[in-house]
Amino acid sequence: MSFAGLVEWTMPHLIVAPILVPMGTAILMLLLGDSRRPLKAVLNVLSCVLGVLVATGLVFWVQHSGEVQAVGVYLPANWPVPYGIVLVADRLSAMMVLLTSVLGLAAVLYASARWHKAGVHFHPLFQLQLMGLYGAFLTADLFNLFVFFEIMLTASYGLLLHGSGWARVRSGLHYIAMNLMASTMFLIGVAMLYGVTGTLSFADMAIMVPAIPENDRGLLHAGAAILAVAFLVKAAAWPLNFWLPSAYSSASAPVAALFAVMTKLGAYAVLRVWTLLFPQDAGVSALYGGPVLVGLGLLTLAFGIVGVVATQHLGRMAAFCAILSSGTLLAALGFGAPAVTGGALYYTLGSTLAISAFFLLVELIDRTREVEERPLYVGELESEDPFAYPVDLMPVRDVNLDDDEQALIGRAIPAAMAFLGLAFIVCALTIAGLPPMAGFVGKVVMLSALLNPAGFGDSAPISTAAWLLLALLVIGGLLQVIAMSRAGVRYFWATHDRPVPRLRIIETLPIGALLLLVGALVWQADAVLRYVNATARALHDPKEYIGTVVSTKPVPSPTATGEGGLRR
Amino acid sequence: MEIILAIAIGVLGGSGVWLVLRPRSFQVLMGLALLSYAVNLFIFAMGSLSLDKEPIVQPGLVPNLENYTDPLPQALVLTAIVIGFATTALFLVVLLASRGLSDTDHVDGEEPDDGTALLPRPGHRVGTPEVGP
Repeated sequence: MSFAGLVEWTMPHLIVAPILVPMGTAILMLLLGDSRRPLKAVLNVLSCVLGVLVATGLVFWVQHSGEVQAVGVYLPANWPVPYGIVLVADRLSAMMVLLTSVLGLAAVLYASARWHKAGVHFHPLFQLQLMGLYGAFLTADLFNLFVFFEIMLTASYGLLLHGSGWARVRSGLHYIAMNLMASTMFLIGVAMLYGVTGTLSFADMAIMVPAIPENDRGLLHAGAAILAVAFLVKAAAWPLNFWLPSAYSSASAPVAALFAVMTKLGAYAVLRVWTLLFPQDAGVSALYGGPVLVGLGLLTLAFGIVGVVATQHLGRMAAFCAILSSGTLLAALGFGAPAVTGGALYYTLGSTLAISAFFLLVELIDRTREVEERPLYVGELESEDPFAYPVDLMPVRDVNLDDDEQALIGRAIPAAMAFLGLAFIVCALTIAGLPPMAGFVGKVVMLSALLNPAGFGDSAPISTAAWLLLALLVIGGLLQVIAMSRAGVRYFWATHDRPVPRLRIIETLPIGALLLLVGALVWQADAVLRYVNATARALHDPKEYIGTVVSTKPVPSPTATGEGGLRR
Repeated sequence: MEIILAIAIGVLGGSGVWLVLRPRSFQVLMGLALLSYAVNLFIFAMGSLSLDKEPIVQPGLVPNLENYTDPLPQALVLTAIVIGFATTALFLVVLLASRGLSDTDHVDGEEPDDGTALLPRPGHRVGTPEVGP
């Protein structure tokens, strides 16, 4: 049976598979107890591979199912639509599930080298986190979104603390308190929206919104805004992101690599709910809150830029890159224009993969420090002055210069250092958005759509916010290059007397694979851009989504049709 | 009844927010707990408030909100209570770990350097004279 045939044969049950596979794996692992780590690592990798296959199947299905805007609907308990739980796989969901599954596979491969031994229950927690992420991307009602957020968060609390240590406990305390507050806001928002619309299903709610009486509209807007605060905490929007740098940089490398997709989950939730409830043609409520989203995105972007330049610590730099990428995404989404959203989605794919790879890479680079003989000076990494002259830039005895102070050429670079250096360059180029990497393509698509709101050739007024975003993206790219080069010089060119780290294949493989995928995004930019642009158009014109979800009928029970069944 | 419920939610929510903003981790925990109570009542209030009405359909009574209370918020509250309880318990564990590792119950794990650090606190007997033989 061909892949297409297999996908067609398993639909629509394939939609629930991304949730069931990690759940089943986690249960199985818990039954195995906390010993047998190698077996569980194998199980975890297998489950992640299966997840990637299922996600590929979903993307393949929405792409090739014959319709332009394919929306797969699955009713897990077979209840009619506004009442029961609904899972929906449309283009956006399928894309995000695929992204998550790829990051999950990379992280678990990396973790199986050594990190999974650093504490208890790493593998079950990892699978539960994946389950929560997949569920949040696939669910089509507000309360299940809350439940899957909580599954994902509860697992992430455990994963953040994996490996223990004071830094993790301290940032974990802040992270948990912040997210509990966010969950509170989430519930208030859900309750208010339910009180106004009388439903929790996204599609049903989108139908109800235009009919809401004028008196209740303020309540609807307030509810949506409170809900957005909960999402924006996850999306690391300024000023709700102070917990992120310390949490992400203190988490163990594979966990941080998986967490890279969590900020995107917040942005996804904003995009999903916002485009369904307040589309362009929603009358009074059309694009409600869009300017706020743009403003917050710009501030987040600025905060991320300052953070990247101000830090000397690679882990924190990666965390600020995540904030910066999130800010770009939020600002671009807030414009509510399909072409800009398409560019932003492409940018998301590239930057999430690169940031995830960067988190893994940071740990390997830091390992060159661990084996160093000289102890770190107190406060060296956390120096207040971002341009402090690092001690290790001083020339040392075995420096790469000959007697006449001319550089020696032809000295072989160890393969491990060469790999780390190259991977670092690819990460830096992608995250900073320089050609030829994926970040550049995404930024170009976004900016050309922003600066030509009416299409090429037509002159239409360009908003101030668009100019601001352009300026911040350009300045941000420059400052990121400066910060990354500074870090690169410091870690790769000034490390003459450091022993070469010993890398294992299983640790370098995921980094290499993630960066190759970034390359593939550029290589196949045309196909990917067509996909994301169709996604953006579907998002901003959600009639197809609403129609398909609402018109889905439960599978008739065998007894009702009189063929077989229990009552015979 | 609406007034009483609104005041109860307000008091719980207000105290919760105040406690969450306090510097001691146990106060934050209590604040989060109070906030989750406030939110649970709030979800309940978002259905229709009614007395002596069950959410279970009985024969001969038209199933609408005139005759029954809305069952959905009750189901939501039940789920929210379970999830809130579990995550609060988890926070308590991390709180205890933080207390054990840092030897202080400040949320940042270190005392602010504003002079109050030397004041006696429960659990820390600063300045207690040594007991002689």
